Amino acid sequence: MLNFESVIGLEVHAQLKTRTKTFCGCSTQFGAAPNTNVCPVCLGLPGALPVLNKKVVEMAIMAGLAFHSQIQPVSVFARKNYFYPDLPKGYQISQYELPICTGGYMDIQTSEGTKRIGIKRVHIEEDAGKLVHQGADAIAGATSSLVDLNRACTPLIEIVSEPDLRSPEEARVYMETLREILVFIDICDGNMEEGSLRADANVSIRPKGAVPLGTRTEVKNLNSFRSVERAIKYEISRQTEVLKSGSKVIQQTRHYDDAAQKTQALREKEESHDYRYFPDPDLTPLRIHPEDIERIQKELPELPQIKRGRYQQSYGLGKFECDVILSDVNVMRYFETTAQKVEPVSVKELAKWIIGDLNALTKEARQSFSSIKVTPDHLIQLVTLIQSGKISGKIGKEVLSEVFKSGEDPERIIQRSGAVQISDTGALREIVDHIVMAHPEVIAKVKRGKTQSADFLIGQVMKKTKGMAKPDLARQMILEKIASL
Amino acid sequence: MKEIQKDLFFKSAIELSRLLREGQLTCTSLLDAFYAQIEQVDSSIKAFLRLEKNRAYEEADTINTRFQKGDALPPLAGIPIALKDNICVQNSQTTCGSKILENYISPYNATLVNKLKSHSLIPIGKTNMDEFAMGSSTENSAFYPTRNPWNSDYVPGGSSGGSCAAVAIGEAPLAIGSDTGGSIRQPASFCGVVGMKPTYGRVSRYGLVAFASSLDQMGPISRTVEDTAHLLNVICGHDPHDSTSSPASVPDFTAALHRGVQGLKIGVPSELFNESIQSKVKASLEQGLNRLKEGGATWEVIPLPVVEYAVPTYYIIAPAEASANLARFDGVRYGYRNKEAQTLKNMMKQSRGKGFGREVQRRIILGTYALSSGYYDAYYLKAQKVRTLIKEAFQKAFAKYDVIITPTSPTLPFRFGEHTQDPLSMYLADIATIPVNLAGLPALSIPCGFAKGLPIGMQLIGKAFDEETLLAAGHWFQTVTNFHKQTPNVISIGKKIKHQNSTLNK
Repeated sequence: MLNFESVIGLEVHAQLKTRTKTFCGCSTQFGAAPNTNVCPVCLGLPGALPVLNKKVVEMAIMAGLAFHSQIQPVSVFARKNYFYPDLPKGYQISQYELPICTGGYMDIQTSEGTKRIGIKRVHIEEDAGKLVHQGADAIAGATSSLVDLNRACTPLIEIVSEPDLRSPEEARVYMETLREILVFIDICDGNMEEGSLRADANVSIRPKGAVPLGTRTEVKNLNSFRSVERAIKYEISRQTEVLKSGSKVIQQTRHYDDAAQKTQALREKEESHDYRYFPDPDLTPLRIHPEDIERIQKELPELPQIKRGRYQQSYGLGKFECDVILSDVNVMRYFETTAQKVEPVSVKELAKWIIGDLNALTKEARQSFSSIKVTPDHLIQLVTLIQSGKISGKIGKEVLSEVFKSGEDPERIIQRSGAVQISDTGALREIVDHIVMAHPEVIAKVKRGKTQSADFLIGQVMKKTKGMAKPDLARQMILEKIASL
Repeated sequence: MKEIQKDLFFKSAIELSRLLREGQLTCTSLLDAFYAQIEQVDSSIKAFLRLEKNRAYEEADTINTRFQKGDALPPLAGIPIALKDNICVQNSQTTCGSKILENYISPYNATLVNKLKSHSLIPIGKTNMDEFAMGSSTENSAFYPTRNPWNSDYVPGGSSGGSCAAVAIGEAPLAIGSDTGGSIRQPASFCGVVGMKPTYGRVSRYGLVAFASSLDQMGPISRTVEDTAHLLNVICGHDPHDSTSSPASVPDFTAALHRGVQGLKIGVPSELFNESIQSKVKASLEQGLNRLKEGGATWEVIPLPVVEYAVPTYYIIAPAEASANLARFDGVRYGYRNKEAQTLKNMMKQSRGKGFGREVQRRIILGTYALSSGYYDAYYLKAQKVRTLIKEAFQKAFAKYDVIITPTSPTLPFRFGEHTQDPLSMYLADIATIPVNLAGLPALSIPCGFAKGLPIGMQLIGKAFDEETLLAAGHWFQTVTNFHKQTPNVISIGKKIKHQNSTLNK
C-alpha cells in the first residue's frame, strides 16, 4: 500500500500599509465612499501614467530582509495582461522575470520542532478594485455588479514559498509566522478576514520518498488560518482518493468552501491563462543601492523570533508569556517600554501583571494597549508598592482598576483612599490588643495549644482595618499578645 | 486691418506675436481670422474634428487684457494652436479618431496642455487623426479622412494629418501632433510644413493617449523652424507625472537658431538614398543637401544597414505595447459599451469589436500574438534586441557626423485608397521615420521641394537631446530657401472638392 507525502507551497499577498497607492497619490484609507480615492492613474484613464511610490519599495525591502532574501539591485515592473472589470487598465503592473527579492527562508516552530521553509521570491504589484455583486453574494445569481476602484492600485507584495511544507499544520504555522513578521516590521495589518493578508495554496502529493512532484492544484478563497489548514487537509485526502482509485489528479484551480469544508473545481476544463508578461515601458527599471539596503536593515524592527529569544534569556519568560506578549504589537510595545525602565530581574513580575490583570481590563474595555490610561510608569509604581509591602496584592488589583479608569497615579489613589497597608506596628498593636482582649474564649483556646483559633482574630483585625493590615504581621502580633497574657 | 487679414493665416507665429505686441491685432481678432479661415476651407479639408470657440474666446479676452495692461507675456502668448485629438483636454472630448471614444470627455489636462496654457497659447480645436495614431494617411480616422491641402485627391499623411493640414492651409499657425513611427514628420512632409519629434523623454506623455509607450512623443508643427524652437521651449521639460520623462535640462532652443551650418558634418544613409526612394524625392533631397554644402556643411553617403530591419522591428514592438495600452478600452468605465451583449465576455468583445476600426484591431491582434506564450522570445524579445542594434548603429554614426539626413518619406504624397488594401505597403511609408523612434532620437522634417505640385520633406536626425543642431540647420535652410513660404491655393480648394466629392469612397 503506497504511502503518500504531501507537498505544499503557499503564495501570500500582503497589503502594504502605505499612506498612498503604488503608482499614484491617492489615499489607501479603507472605508471611503466608492470611487472617491481615485484619480486618472488608478482609474486607468486614457493618457494616465504610473509613478512609483518609494515607500512601497522600502516596505518590500523590509520584507525581503526579514526573510533573509537577496535584494536585487535591479528589478523590473511587468504588465500582466488580462481582462476583468475590476482591472481598469486591462493589465496589472506586477513583477515577473526580475522581482525585487529572490531566495530567503523563514523558520517555523511546529509540533515536530523547528523547520526552515524556503522563500522563492518576493515581488511588488498593484491590487485590483472590488466588485460588489447586487442581488446575490457571489457572481452566480447576481443581477449586476458595481465596480469600486478605491482599492485599485493599492500596494501588495507577493511572497512565494518553496514547496517545502509537508502538512496542513505546517502550512498554518507558516501563515501565522509570516503574519507575525509582517505585522512586527509594521508593513501589513495581517488580517486574513479583512483581506490585508491573502493566501493561495499549491497542493500536490507523491509517493513517499519519490523525487518528482505530483500534479498540483491551486486552492483559493482561504480567508483564515484555519481555512488554510482545513482546505489543504481536504485537498490532500481528495487527491489521495483520486490516486488510489487509479485516476490522475487534474491540474486545476479549486475554490475552498469553508461552510462545506471542501474544495471545488472552478471550471470544468482549466484554460491556463497566458498573461503575456512584458516589461512595462511606462516605468524604468527599479535600481536599489547598497546604502539604501543598509539603512533599511538598520531601521528594521527586531523580528519576533529574536524577541522571543531575548525575552527568554534576559527576563526568564516562558513560552506562554512570550506568546501572549507577541500576539499583539501594542502589548509587545507596552511590555518593552516597561521592561526597559527596570532591572531585568523585575521584568517577570511586571509581565505577569501585563498579561494578566492589565490584559483582562484592556480586553473587557475593548481598548488597545496603545491607548490605555495605565502607563508603564504607573504599572511599575504599582508593582513596586506591592513588592515593598505598602499595599497587598488584593488592594493592588483594585488600584489598577482605578488607574485604568482615571489615569491617576497609584500613589495618589492609595493616599486618598487611605489604602496603605497598615504595617505601622503602633497603630496596629492597639487594634490587635483591643480585639484580643474582646475574645477571652479564643485566648483560652490558643493557650491550650489551638493556635489556629487565632485565625478568627486575624479576620477580625482585617475587618477592623478594612483589609489594610498586613495579615502576617497581624497574626504575629495576636500570638505575641496572647502569649503575654 | 483688411490687408493684414488677407494673408494673416499664413504668417508665422512669431510674426503674429509681433503684430499682437504692436497692437495691430487683438487676440480676439486673431481668433476671428483663423476661425473664418476654418469656416472657409474646413468643410473641404476636414482637418478638424471639433472647435473650441467658447473657451478660446474666453482665453483671448483674458490675454487681451494682459497685453493691454502691459504685462510681460511669453513669446507665443495669444497664438492659436490646434491639438491632435489624442491629447487630453479637461472637460473636452478626446476621441483619438475612434468610435470607441466618440463621447469620451477627459476630466484632466495633459501636462503639455497645461504648459501651453501657462504660456498663454490658445487651443482652438482638436484635429483629425488616424484612429489611435495607427496609420500614415489619416484614412483610418473613424470619422472622415482629411484632405491634403495641396491636392485634395491626396492624403495629408498620418497619423497627425489633421494637425499638419490645418497649419498648411492656414487654419492655425501652430499645432501639436504625436509621433510614434513618423506621425508628425511624415504628414508635415506631405503637407509642406515643419514638424518635429523631440528626443524621447523631452516632452511629457502624461495626457497623451498611449499608442506605444516606448516610442510616443508629442511635438510641434509649424510653418517655420523658428516657431518650432519657440514651441519646444514651451512643451519640453521633466514631468513628475511621467516616469519616462527625462530630467535633462532644457536649453533655450531659440538661442541655437542662428548658428548656421558651417562645418556641419552630414551623413546620408545609403539605404534611404537609393532606388527605394522615388526619384523626384531623391532629387529634391540632393538639392537640399547641396544647398547645405553651400553654407559650409559637408555631406556623404554612409552605410546604415540596420535601417532595413527598422520597419519589422517597429511592427512588433509598437503593436505589442499598443495591445496592452488599448486593453483599457473594454466598455466598463468609459467609452462605447455594447448594450446588447448578455455576458461580460461578449460585452467586452462587442464593445471592442464594434468600437475599434480594422487597422486598430489588426495591430492589437499582431501585438497580442507577438507577446503570447511560445512567441514572445522569437518576436518581442528579438525585436527589442534588434532595437538595441539600431540604437547602437546610430550612436556609431553620430561619433562621426553631427546630423543624419534622409528624405522624410520615400515617396511623394499618395492618393486616397492607394495603400488601404495592403497594410504592409502602408507600413513602408514610414521606412525613413521609424528608425528614429526606435533609437529615441530627435528629428525634424522641413519642406525641401515640390514635385507635381506636392510637397517633399527633408528629415534631419540628431543625437539624443541635440535638437539644437537640427534647429540651427533647419533655420539656416529656411533663410536660403522659400519652400516653407509656399502656400496651397486656398480659393481653388472649395471648387475642386465639390467636384471631387463623389469619387471618394470613404
